[in-house]
Amino acid sequence: MSRIWAVAMVVIKELYRRKDFYVLFVLTALLTLGALSVNFFDDPKIIRYVKDICLLLIWLSTLIIAIVTTARQLPAEREDRTIFPLLAKPVSRGQVIAGKFLGCWLASGLALLVFYVFFVAVTGLREPHLMWGAYVKSMFLHWMMLAMVVGLTLLGSVIFTAVSSNVTICLVAIFGILFIGEHLAKLAVKQAEPVRAITYTLFYCIPHIELFDVRRQIVNDQPLPGWLDCGLASLYAAAYAGVLLYATWLLFRRKSLST
Amino acid sequence: MSIILRTEKLRVEYPGGKMRQPAKVALQGLNLQVTQGEVFGFLGPNGAGKTTTMNVLLGFIPPTSGSAALFGIDVRQPIARQRIGYLPELTYYYKFLTAEELLRFYAKLFGLPRSETDLRIKKLIALVELEHAARRPIKTYSKGMRQRVGLAQALINNPDLLILDEPTSGLDPLGRMKVREIIQRLKNEGKTVFFSSHEMGEVETVCDHVAILHQGELKATGVVADLVAKYHANNLEQVFLKIVGYQPQEVA
Repeated sequence: MSRIWAVAMVVIKELYRRKDFYVLFVLTALLTLGALSVNFFDDPKIIRYVKDICLLLIWLSTLIIAIVTTARQLPAEREDRTIFPLLAKPVSRGQVIAGKFLGCWLASGLALLVFYVFFVAVTGLREPHLMWGAYVKSMFLHWMMLAMVVGLTLLGSVIFTAVSSNVTICLVAIFGILFIGEHLAKLAVKQAEPVRAITYTLFYCIPHIELFDVRRQIVNDQPLPGWLDCGLASLYAAAYAGVLLYATWLLFRRKSLST
Repeated sequence: MSIILRTEKLRVEYPGGKMRQPAKVALQGLNLQVTQGEVFGFLGPNGAGKTTTMNVLLGFIPPTSGSAALFGIDVRQPIARQRIGYLPELTYYYKFLTAEELLRFYAKLFGLPRSETDLRIKKLIALVELEHAARRPIKTYSKGMRQRVGLAQALINNPDLLILDEPTSGLDPLGRMKVREIIQRLKNEGKTVFFSSHEMGEVETVCDHVAILHQGELKATGVVADLVAKYHANNLEQVFLKIVGYQPQEVA
């Protein structure tokens, strides 16, 4: 475990020494503070719109951070040839994959924490009573969802040669799932065979990351799922991430290291 | 003397391309033995199979047939690499890390305790003369400085076997001298060094044994002086040229 942890720590250092996170954070902060300063139609519940915008930007930013950070890990190791001194140490390819996953997931989690602290601070400016429990649950579910995103992107990085291809495909897949994932079952009912069977298979195979999106409840002050449901959702995310990591290891263990 | 590195009938084939080209044989039936305390030079022209051999020894690629072992352990087991240090040719280390952080990271992979890691980092940074730049990101280093960081990382676990892939490649004369001094020091400490090089003079100076590889086959192996006598040559370079079949062309 110490080797996996060592690999993970390098990924985290990379995140806070690169500019990506800071650029996205500053952009999110500027847009949110801009929205906060405008008061449309003297609406007393303007904070809802600000929360909506801020959470949307947090979702976009953390998805981009998770995908871009993960997508470049293995290709960069090969291109910069750092994979050679790394694997010349008593570390297996499986441990490298596990370390990269853990590092990317923790790094995304740290970025998420900074974004949520900002979100709470902004919300606290306009709301007298903060929904601490709801915010913690929302962040927890968001972080669990990122485990699946990181797993998917890591798998993509051993399949696609170019980082840009992997990033594009992962972004399209993730946003596709977010927008139409939950509607696939309804869509399948209306189809004739074999499209129905294919649509149902797709519905049951894709990771339903939309289940982890509780932005609507946060914005409208609605109750969030209980901790038991959050625990079950975590198990679901862990199972998906596990399958994706296993597939990544199967492909990476035989992969040529040269570029 | 115990055998530190052994290959038996080692064969490596690279699959042909998508156009159904035949597989390329990179190594065929390579038998090598390196005993404890030796400085072993591994020579051959470009494409001879030196890097492929090193890649097998380090577990980067599996052999098509035959076997390779370090300290009697199959090279496919990660634990076989616990007691080795490896310096690749022209490698770019994590640019966002400092030399100290890089060495600490590799020390963690070897499971070294923190107190020992601190001592070794201090000693190695001094050995490769990078005290002034140890806390600067590697991206700010010159090529020679990067190679010296490489040497330090190869020594972080105080290895019993050091595998060096063209260690002086791209270094200035001072840098080369420093690397030679370090190899000599390791030899005096009883360490085993296995290294590939194109610098015949360098190999002749520091090596006890050499092996000459050509087109994936081992053409000659033995003590430098014995090979020079056997091939009726004046030095190792002439032995090498005879073995690879070099014919000097007359200049018009």
